[in-house]
Amino acid sequence: MTTLTHGEARGGAPKGSAPKTEQPAAASAAKARSAAQRRKVWIWVGRIALAVVIIGGWQLCTNVKPDGKHPLVDPFFFGMPTQIWDALVALFSNTEDASFGSIWENIWVTGQEAILGFLLGTCVGIVLGLLLGSNRYLSSVVGPYIRIVNSIPRIILGSIFIVAFGLGTFPKVLLAAVLVFFVVFFNAFQGVREVDQNLVANVRVLGASPFQVAIHVTIPSAMTWIIASLHTAFGFAIIGALVAEVLGAQQGLGLIISQAQGKFDPDTVFACMIIIAVITLLAEFLIGLLEHSLLKWRPPNKSEAQTI
Amino acid sequence: MSANHRIRPPADGGGDGGARIDIAGLTKRYLTPKGETFTAIRDVSLTVEPGQFCSIVGPTGCGKSTTLAQVSGLEKPSAGSVKVGSHLVDGITNGVSYMFQADALFPWKSVLSNVMMGPILLGTPKREATELARDWLRRVGLAGFEDRYPHQLSGGMRKRVAMAAALINNPRILLMDEPFGALDVQTKAIMQNELLKLWEELRPSVLFITHDLDEAVALSDRVVIMTSSPGSVKDVFDIDLPRPRGNVQQIRHEERFLELQGQIWESLKDEVTRAYARTAGAA
Ligand SMILES: Nc1ncnc2c1ncn2[C@@H]1O[C@H](COP(=O)(O)OP(=O)(O)O)[C@@H](O)[C@H]1O
Ligand SMILES: [Mg+2]
Repeated sequence: MTTLTHGEARGGAPKGSAPKTEQPAAASAAKARSAAQRRKVWIWVGRIALAVVIIGGWQLCTNVKPDGKHPLVDPFFFGMPTQIWDALVALFSNTEDASFGSIWENIWVTGQEAILGFLLGTCVGIVLGLLLGSNRYLSSVVGPYIRIVNSIPRIILGSIFIVAFGLGTFPKVLLAAVLVFFVVFFNAFQGVREVDQNLVANVRVLGASPFQVAIHVTIPSAMTWIIASLHTAFGFAIIGALVAEVLGAQQGLGLIISQAQGKFDPDTVFACMIIIAVITLLAEFLIGLLEHSLLKWRPPNKSEAQTI
Repeated sequence: MSANHRIRPPADGGGDGGARIDIAGLTKRYLTPKGETFTAIRDVSLTVEPGQFCSIVGPTGCGKSTTLAQVSGLEKPSAGSVKVGSHLVDGITNGVSYMFQADALFPWKSVLSNVMMGPILLGTPKREATELARDWLRRVGLAGFEDRYPHQLSGGMRKRVAMAAALINNPRILLMDEPFGALDVQTKAIMQNELLKLWEELRPSVLFITHDLDEAVALSDRVVIMTSSPGSVKDVFDIDLPRPRGNVQQIRHEERFLELQGQIWESLKDEVTRAYARTAGAA
């Protein structure tokens, strides 16, 4: 596994890894490049093979019946890849059983809840994290309460929100926001605490006001921490929205999942899981772009190490 | 405070220069985590004439950095006073620049933006600040590196950026805390020459901390020896080597240089031994 990631890191750096030998620079560079390319091809071969083995094995186990009656893995409980695919197709083509709208509508509802929750939680998390991180008095006063709230299991918060705000979008956004908030808050807080004190002293001597210190030093340096937390944070936003939907909703992927569960239909649950995975990967990609543009000042090997 | 916190016109060799630094009876105590008081420096008194280059040497932990922090106004003395020009230091001193051993550059800002920070913080319009920063990068030999980030530079180049950033506001006082301590010998010599050249143009008063006696003698007009902790002034040597000093690597072999260096080492030796014995005894 380590050699695999190692190979990927090398392959992922198109112009970074210069040839080590001096002599015919062009030739050895070309050689290194083709070696990197070959490595990349093999990585993909391995990946696809792994997927084939796992999914094929699953399919096989649900079909093979050693005693002639019961399959090795019962598709009634564990689903079956081909049936999951059928369920996925059914979800996207199904409009007749439209008790809660088309799949696109449900994806949109859940996505919206997650995005709004993500934005709300991130904003509040950043603002409070920066404030408490840079003000010792505030952090001493508010800190214990934040720790208390943080210790409440989120699912209970979800129940409270549903009871208080009904089955609409708002409680879902709120639960997603709470989940996101804590991740972002603690990172922003820590980020402020880790600010290079030399840098602060330097700008203070040059005549910076506390506001200027925040703008020029504290916030940019905490940004590294904050952005690192956003990857995890979006995953939490999706979880928050889904959990709240499972607890009680009129629309959304969480509702589809809980109804499929009620009908003993694991294939649809797995199909929803795939949809959610796609959404999360998409968001991950967008956050990666944001990270890249905001943190372009960083040495490349650092961010590369993070993508592994 | 911000009223006189203005950039003075770039000095062109005129040496309108530095402010006098008067340190009198300076004492600084810290509260240790255990709740005891720890005296870092005790009764430090010294004077830096306007435009003078003054080095401070002393054993590790004797309170050199502490002294500088009181001069800059980043910390408040427990007793005694610091006067810059005719003003008593209370809060951040005007017209001061700081240079640390670890280069305090903004890793997320380009080289140009790093150098621009000084003027920008004083409210200089952006275009003017850019012009000034470009000019300073030329002066430290980094024209063409404006758009690089600090991590893309060598250690010596980063020091040049820090130097440009420290000098761009034409400070009255330049505080340097082991600025070249982390450099290799060759780069260090180059940076010392560079610093001397720029100092001779601008003539700020300099307080320069170092543990390299060669460096102290080669650069300074005055070398202050501090005792081991709690630090106070043990000896003051006036360095009468002629100015301009020229190449710091050549001056090292002159007879007078060696003589002064020997005297200073003689004075410092006991303190270093004492400081070492104390830490070794404690361990
Ligand atoms: N903020 C502080 N709190 C407590 N002790 C400090 C603080 N700053 C420095 N000291 C102590 O004061 C002494 C002098 O420190 P410093 O001025 O950094 O020495 P140096 O001469 O090596 O620069 C050291 O023993 C150090 O531990
Ligand atoms: Mg020090």
